[in-house]
Amino acid sequence: MKLLELLGYFNYWVFAIVLTVGLYAVISKANLIKKLIGLSIFQSAVFLMYITMDKVEGGTAPIIQAGVEDQVFSNPLPQVLILTAIVVGVSTLALGLAMVVRIKESYGTIEENEILDAD
Amino acid sequence: MIFIFAVFLLSLLVITAIAIVRTNNLFSAVMLTSIFSLLMAANFFILDAADVALTEAAIGAGVTTVIFLCALALTADRAKPNKERRKVAYGAVGILASLMIYATFDKPPLGDPDAPVHQHVAPWYIEKTPEYMDFPNIVTAVLSSFRGYDTLGEVFVVFAACIGVLFILGVPVPGNAKPAPMQQKKGLHHHLIPQVVGRLIIPFIVLFGLYTQFHGEYGPGGGFQAGAIIATGIILYALLEGESKALQAVPRRVLMGMVIGGALLFGGVGVICMLMGGNFLDYSVLAADPVWGRQLGIIIIEAGVGMTVCGALLSIFHAFASRERAS
Repeated sequence: MKLLELLGYFNYWVFAIVLTVGLYAVISKANLIKKLIGLSIFQSAVFLMYITMDKVEGGTAPIIQAGVEDQVFSNPLPQVLILTAIVVGVSTLALGLAMVVRIKESYGTIEENEILDAD
Repeated sequence: MIFIFAVFLLSLLVITAIAIVRTNNLFSAVMLTSIFSLLMAANFFILDAADVALTEAAIGAGVTTVIFLCALALTADRAKPNKERRKVAYGAVGILASLMIYATFDKPPLGDPDAPVHQHVAPWYIEKTPEYMDFPNIVTAVLSSFRGYDTLGEVFVVFAACIGVLFILGVPVPGNAKPAPMQQKKGLHHHLIPQVVGRLIIPFIVLFGLYTQFHGEYGPGGGFQAGAIIATGIILYALLEGESKALQAVPRRVLMGMVIGGALLFGGVGVICMLMGGNFLDYSVLAADPVWGRQLGIIIIEAGVGMTVCGALLSIFHAFASRERAS
């Protein structure tokens, strides 16, 4: 099954590229909301890597079907970790956005360099 | 066929990510993140992660987008172009990307059943779930019982983040000396089509949320997904009818009760297990038959997770939506 192998590499390359695209936004953008968007892209890339690792060839979603013998299941553990991480991700993102809203109210801007100038 | 589809989705994912970072219009960046999440959910589904796909679709494409839009309404919807640190960023990102792509050649190939990740505890979980829990969804079994400690921790993180948002946004806006009378936010009352379509689908969204909650042991679903789906239904109601109407339907104290009650329910089940002679979160002592005891414990803690997630997401949404713009 050469195709699946190639797809695996492609998955990991996409993970690497999306991760670095997120990191680029965090480093280079001065806008705080843009930084948070970059952080959530970064986070999604990590999710993609975990879920790529859980795939088993010929496997199916880890839900046992009655009356079917010798089923191959994909690994349930990374799925559990990522499932909870997604929900935690949105709550921490909201916390970050709340801080950005307060920064906007105190400084009148959400551009990092303007905030540093104002201090 | 699935190969071509997967490559197509992954390429779209990269293009969307680059477009998000390149645009200076924050509104379109947020809309693109919604599309990004939907593509990601489809990818998860191809990789056999049905539960994760459901969560990502409800949270990433639904709740996150609304919270981002609320934050944009309070701040700015355009970013100023800034080229200061571009060279450093390109350097760091280029080196990191090439290192990681180099490292991928050492990873076990996709779908290899002998990969180290499939050798550790996962086979034990798959083997023991029918015997210990007697229900089909292994993900729910691992989430709520085998790794119940992790999930308890995650629920408390959601709880803490929700409290944090309420603390940060709960204080009055500086500069507005006296709080302006609460304006009636009208929502999309004057738009006929969203109104009619929304009215039609909101009951079904909430019904589907309840189904994922109570069917989580048998199919993809569980407390995390259900809480998020029900929250999106109520947020849609708030967008259509105005935020104050949604607060009338589900008042703030009910939301706080859900957040606190859900977390307490989860922890409380653990303590009851201890009082009944088992370990913390060892549900088998809850009933005379250990299997039924575990099922009972899982149903209760999934309900707690659902309540906390739904209450926390809605409280966060209301905290953003009800804040007035600083003058």
